[in-house]
Amino acid sequence: MPKTLLEKIWDAHAIVTREDGASLLWVDRHFVHEGSFHAFGMLDHAGRRVLRPDLTFGVTDHYVPSHSRALPIADPEVAGMIDRLRGNARHNGFDLMDPNDPRQGIVHVAGPEQGLTLPGLTIVCGDSHTSTHGAFGALGFGIGASEVSHVLATQTIWQRRPHAMRIAIDGTLPAGVAAKDLILSIIGKIGAGGATGHVIEYAGSAIRALGMEARMTICNMSIEAGARAGMVAPDDTTFAFLAGRPRAPRDFDAAVAAWRTLPTDDDARFDREITLSAAEIAPTVTWGTSPETALPITASVPDPAGASDAAGRGRIAEQLDYMGLQPGQALDGIRIDRVFIGSCTNGRLSDLRAAAAVLRGRRATVPGLVVPGSVPVKRQAEAEGLDRVFLGAGLQWGEPGCSMCVGMNGDLVPPGERCAATSNRNFVGRQGPGARTHLMSPAMAAAAAIAGALTDVRRLA
Amino acid sequence: MTAFVTLEGEAVAIEAANVDTDQMIPARFLRKDRNAGYQNFLFHDLRQDPAFPLNGHAPVVLVTGPNFGCGSSREGAVYALVDAGVRCVIAPSFGDIFASNAAKNGLLTITLPESQLRAVRSELPGRVAVDLPAQCIRWPDGRTDAFEIDPFRKRCLIEDLDDVALTFEHRAAIDAFCARDRSGRLWAQPG
Ligand code: SF4
Repeated sequence: MPKTLLEKIWDAHAIVTREDGASLLWVDRHFVHEGSFHAFGMLDHAGRRVLRPDLTFGVTDHYVPSHSRALPIADPEVAGMIDRLRGNARHNGFDLMDPNDPRQGIVHVAGPEQGLTLPGLTIVCGDSHTSTHGAFGALGFGIGASEVSHVLATQTIWQRRPHAMRIAIDGTLPAGVAAKDLILSIIGKIGAGGATGHVIEYAGSAIRALGMEARMTICNMSIEAGARAGMVAPDDTTFAFLAGRPRAPRDFDAAVAAWRTLPTDDDARFDREITLSAAEIAPTVTWGTSPETALPITASVPDPAGASDAAGRGRIAEQLDYMGLQPGQALDGIRIDRVFIGSCTNGRLSDLRAAAAVLRGRRATVPGLVVPGSVPVKRQAEAEGLDRVFLGAGLQWGEPGCSMCVGMNGDLVPPGERCAATSNRNFVGRQGPGARTHLMSPAMAAAAAIAGALTDVRRLA
Repeated sequence: MTAFVTLEGEAVAIEAANVDTDQMIPARFLRKDRNAGYQNFLFHDLRQDPAFPLNGHAPVVLVTGPNFGCGSSREGAVYALVDAGVRCVIAPSFGDIFASNAAKNGLLTITLPESQLRAVRSELPGRVAVDLPAQCIRWPDGRTDAFEIDPFRKRCLIEDLDDVALTFEHRAAIDAFCARDRSGRLWAQPG
């Protein structure tokens, strides 16, 4: 029976299958962060302990301050969140990357960087962007606090086998077009609920040509199309990325031999298949309060009058109102107040290089914050002088963490301000109450910083 | 968790599609302990608008547009709903993680087609009754609709089972899997 990558990983991890069709899956890696405190509370309440501390990895990312790593942390509630995680790590004996650890970073940046994320593994975390890890040919998905608590206690999770979707993208991405543009246009095409109940495997020559960081950007945002997970078959690009990583398998050749059996078999069947041409993708931005409102920068904001029914008209009008935009307004030229470059979607070295390439020798006309995804990313970026490019352009250079993607550490976009962001969610209030977010690639955000407006980066090249 | 059998009370409509969990509970409240309850955080920022449909109501049932609960995996969204007294959400579709968080906290999620719910939403607010054992909803106008629910999820809602204890009923199978796995997939151990 030919199998998909998903089926191979599923079958290798299913311990038992219940009469309702749910399987008990073994979990190879479990990442926890400051926000996991509810789950530890449930575990303590039930008088249980972490079953496999050796497979549990703690990171501090959501709450860590980005202006300084100095101790003590000024906000007592934030300091308390980090202390709680530290206490849980100590009590249960698992490894923690605390704010002053040289490995610290956003969980979906640090995990792969340390070689903890590997092809063929099951990876869960109480964070929906765990789909990122699928870029390695792993099955990674986000779970809620109750499920986190179950995984802590049992190292397993009950799941129904998701449907399989393949999105094949062939051809070459045009100049000025990045992985972010590709995934935003996919979400724009299939909708924010377009892949609900599915795991997406991204395939085709355009995906094969991408580096690991770009693949992570794509898998990261699978959840914004409603997908349970995103995946890319492991290949030589994957193995080259992993070779020599601190926690990579010691017998690396044996691992590679096992990983080579993972890619989807030729005749395997998918429940849904979509094909796209890379050549048709343009630099893309969102105009509304869902990632599905993605359009090429050359397009205009929709007009509610164009919707087919009253509900559709209402939904467009509501988003335009929140975003402070006029029906039919050209996207190119919309004034912005600030930029944010970072997050688990676009806070890696290649992202910072792409933004710096646009900003080099130029000045930003609006304030902005650049936050590397991890300490190793920060160190390498500084070694390459990227920090000086950002600072020279008038932007701030922050300490690694989630920062203004979600604002939990206090990095907020003020009410009514418009932010060009490389993160993954433009939801109402995501970057702060009343904040207006436009999602885009790092190069597009850099271009927006210079123009003080949404603009087509291809004009700056 | 309170075991779920039947409920009757006010239902309120939220017309929007893609209501994400960031809207249900803004991120800044996620650091709060559950002890004092999460009810005041529910749709906190949207409630500043006097026209928000939940203002002036204390519904036990919400009827919403498609893809309700998309986005962040934060279980706090479910805590806020449950602590505010919402026991059931009816929508054309749900975010996957939200739906499983709901099931773990005694919040019933019912999926019915948008074509059917569009008309229902226009009749709300109103009183509805949900009978989980019979899998039946009675709308304000007296009409009834049957709904489907996964039998295991139904049992968990009604019986309030301990998930971890249930899983450990398979302890022998888990141990056997680990023993096999340890030798078969040496590379899967963190190096
Ligand atoms: S960077 Fe943003 S999306 Fe990614 S894990 Fe942090 S808060 Fe979540």
